[in-house]
Amino acid sequence: MRQNPYLFAAYAATWIIHITYLITIVRRYSRLQREIDGLKK
Amino acid sequence: MKKAFPILGILTFFLLSYALRQALVIAPTEQTMGNVQRIFYYHVPSAWTAFILFFVNFGASIAYLIKRRPTADIIALVSAEVGVVFCTVVLVTGPIWARPVWGIWWTWDMRLTSTLVLWLIYVSYLFLRRFSSSGETPLLAAALAVLGALCVPFVYFSIWFFRTQHPQPVMGGGGSIDPRMMHALLINWLAFSCFAFLVCWSRYRLEKLQRDVDHAHAMKSLLEPHGSGR
Repeated sequence: MRQNPYLFAAYAATWIIHITYLITIVRRYSRLQREIDGLKK
Repeated sequence: MKKAFPILGILTFFLLSYALRQALVIAPTEQTMGNVQRIFYYHVPSAWTAFILFFVNFGASIAYLIKRRPTADIIALVSAEVGVVFCTVVLVTGPIWARPVWGIWWTWDMRLTSTLVLWLIYVSYLFLRRFSSSGETPLLAAALAVLGALCVPFVYFSIWFFRTQHPQPVMGGGGSIDPRMMHALLINWLAFSCFAFLVCWSRYRLEKLQRDVDHAHAMKSLLEPHGSGR
């Protein structure tokens, strides 16, 4: 397959958007889990 | 249920990998556009997935308006948020595809403009959910979502009713598509649908935990002794 910068950019942008969103979910979950553990003590 | 998540995650990963191979290697090269046409296998499934999620948001919002169940409210929020993510992918991959094919990043034709308006409506829905602290917020958001959902069929059928720069639909639009391309398209749609389901599941768990934390804070403030009186 010939190198195509637009094709690469589109696929990369797709996964950057999805992975960024997943990272925000994971970080918020970890923070909330710590918070609720603190409240239970 | 919790055990199903990692199993589904692994299956989705392999499905996405298979779909990627279909899109980049197996599907034939389009005669006019060349390899850049392979953006199609990410752009179209993302759009279809976003539409489905906005439809789920519509159903959950209706359910909340009728029954006022917190679960319906959470599903509405989750589906809108993940739908906005997929719609963002559509609005990013579309111009990247348009630039080498049309020579322009963007044009204000009906399909592109209506998709942008749809995205703005659901972003405003999320802003309302995020920044409003009124007890009526879920109700107002549900009402906004019902109206916003009316945009989805408008976006989808816009290329039937208006002359647009955007290509005609590959399914039901009178055009034809190579069977290998259709297979790659449908596999990618299935893969992204599974991925969207997992993301929604994760976001649902996050929202449940957020509400548990809010409830715990509320209970703590109720049970704490008040300051001494006069």
